[in-house]
Amino acid sequence: MKTVQNNNTVSAVSLSGPLEFKPKTSGTIPRGLTFLAVAIIVTMLLIILGNIFLGGIGTINWEFLTHPPENGMEAGGIFPAIFGTVALVILMVIAVVPFGVLTAIYLHEFTRPSSKITRIIRVAINNLAGVPSIVFGLFGLGFFIGFVGGGLDSIFYDNEGPVWGQPAIIWASLTLALLTLPVVIISTEEALRTIPRELKEASYALGGTRLQTIGRVIIPQALPGILTGAILAVSRGAGEVAPIMFTGAAYYLPYLPGKLNDQFMELGYHIYVMATQSPDVEATKPILYGTVLVLLVLTFILNFVAIYIRSSMRKKRATV
Amino acid sequence: MQDMEKFQLKPKSRFREYLGEKIIMVSAFTALIGVLLIFVFIFKEAVPIFTDPEIQEEASLDKMVFKQQYYEGRDPKFSWQPNSEVPKYSLFPLFIGTIKAAMVAMLFAVPLGIGAAIYSSEFASRRVREIIKPVIELLAAIPSVVLGFFALIILATFLQNVLGLTFRLNTLNAGIALGLAAIPIIFTVAEDAMTSVPQSLREASTALGANAWQVSFMTVFPAALPGISAGVVLGFGRAVGETMIVLMASGNAAIISTSIFDSGRTFSATIAAELGEVVFGSAHYSVLFFLGTLLFVFTFAINLGGDMVLVRLKQKLQGKT
Repeated sequence: MKTVQNNNTVSAVSLSGPLEFKPKTSGTIPRGLTFLAVAIIVTMLLIILGNIFLGGIGTINWEFLTHPPENGMEAGGIFPAIFGTVALVILMVIAVVPFGVLTAIYLHEFTRPSSKITRIIRVAINNLAGVPSIVFGLFGLGFFIGFVGGGLDSIFYDNEGPVWGQPAIIWASLTLALLTLPVVIISTEEALRTIPRELKEASYALGGTRLQTIGRVIIPQALPGILTGAILAVSRGAGEVAPIMFTGAAYYLPYLPGKLNDQFMELGYHIYVMATQSPDVEATKPILYGTVLVLLVLTFILNFVAIYIRSSMRKKRATV
Repeated sequence: MQDMEKFQLKPKSRFREYLGEKIIMVSAFTALIGVLLIFVFIFKEAVPIFTDPEIQEEASLDKMVFKQQYYEGRDPKFSWQPNSEVPKYSLFPLFIGTIKAAMVAMLFAVPLGIGAAIYSSEFASRRVREIIKPVIELLAAIPSVVLGFFALIILATFLQNVLGLTFRLNTLNAGIALGLAAIPIIFTVAEDAMTSVPQSLREASTALGANAWQVSFMTVFPAALPGISAGVVLGFGRAVGETMIVLMASGNAAIISTSIFDSGRTFSATIAAELGEVVFGSAHYSVLFFLGTLLFVFTFAINLGGDMVLVRLKQKLQGKT
């Protein structure tokens, strides 16, 4: 609206009579239409969240969170699925964070942005982020279980039945680690960009080597960004189902995973199983809703924390 | 001279320095090696389709692409029935299902995603923008299995009641949920492209007498168009590759129908639904990995293309051509 006023003042001052400019359309219609798009998206989001919240809140209590499923998943809780999800993402974070951070450091500290290697690695990262999750599942099955696991079995166990060459939590978490690698790299890099050059120069001026500078200046300074990356990776990893369907997740297990080559139950996969394979959908519905709510709350809390850390990091950069 | 030697690193630290740098260098190639390994190991399992005569008997490239006469005296046709007595591996029904679902998703997500991006970058006040962006991020954070759950349990019943549909689970239902997954990508890329249009362009067209909507639709929108189209293409890639939503919400019938009210089966959902029961090393197994290879190659091409467009656009807008 401001611009329209500008036009008027211009025409009033310098142009008069026939040259007076009148805008053909006001901005109301496009403004309204594009706002409608926002409104529809927000409404859909609210419907989804509201529905899941109202449907699930009644089920959630201490019993539900701490007990295993009973009676063909029509009763009991989801503790094994929560435990499995937590174990899965912990293993995943252990695997993904070092590689993600070191990749970001390499890209930012060791090479020039225009160099060929940097560009190739960047293309690889972007493409990795775009590979469909089911393709990661196929890869986990073919590479981790078939090639690595099967290889270990034939070297160390003389192929006496599969020990490592079978679906297991370690293979599922490594598959997810590859899937979330771009997330960690991108947020670490964002943090690296905020580190003032003077800090690094000071370290070098004091005789610090490259490795010392990285270990004592760069990584500590980038810690909020690394943390953000790890949290976002957990949030993403906890919700993915397609990559773990064939690499380790189980319909139902009477025990909790205790070894790296055990199978495990997982929240997202549990939702899929209950929603599609249950003999009596109506009977499992309360538990299904409750599980969805737990997964959603978990994901959102992680995201809020990540957004908070990131925005305080940006504010800090703005003041530096 | 002797004084200088005091400042030299001891051999042990020098070795540590060397080792550390090498470790960082090697780690940096994880992403690249990962992408290569994904392609190699998925394609490796699909290779028997081209080389193994026994498997070709069941599922050669011909059999997947062209119409086949499966029973004597019947018309040749496209059919995906890998578990029937005469296994049929025509990819055509899956192709139809995939395109159909992705198109519905795009019809739903493109206007909403771009509309919201225009509003956010052109019309919204700073404060409103600070609300819109996290809301979209929230939408992006919803796990796809939850969107699938929503489409399967709630949206499907709603659509069936409102539209009076025969099939509860259908392509429309899955497509809308897929659209919700694609909106954040389209929005983010398009918004980013429009906000990176230099302020001077806006100021210039305002100075020439354009009003707010003329500035955004005749100056900013065309300038950002490559970026906006890249967003649409990347969103399409996401819709094609997305698995859990279509697996849960589309009904998964491998039929040849162009109606969005019929069920459909996509490439990704086929892999997810059938890989669990397949015999290791069978023709069916190879075909599923072949589907995976196709998905990988397709999304790879889309991402590479989208990426190149975005990089070039940024350079152009920042005047570094």
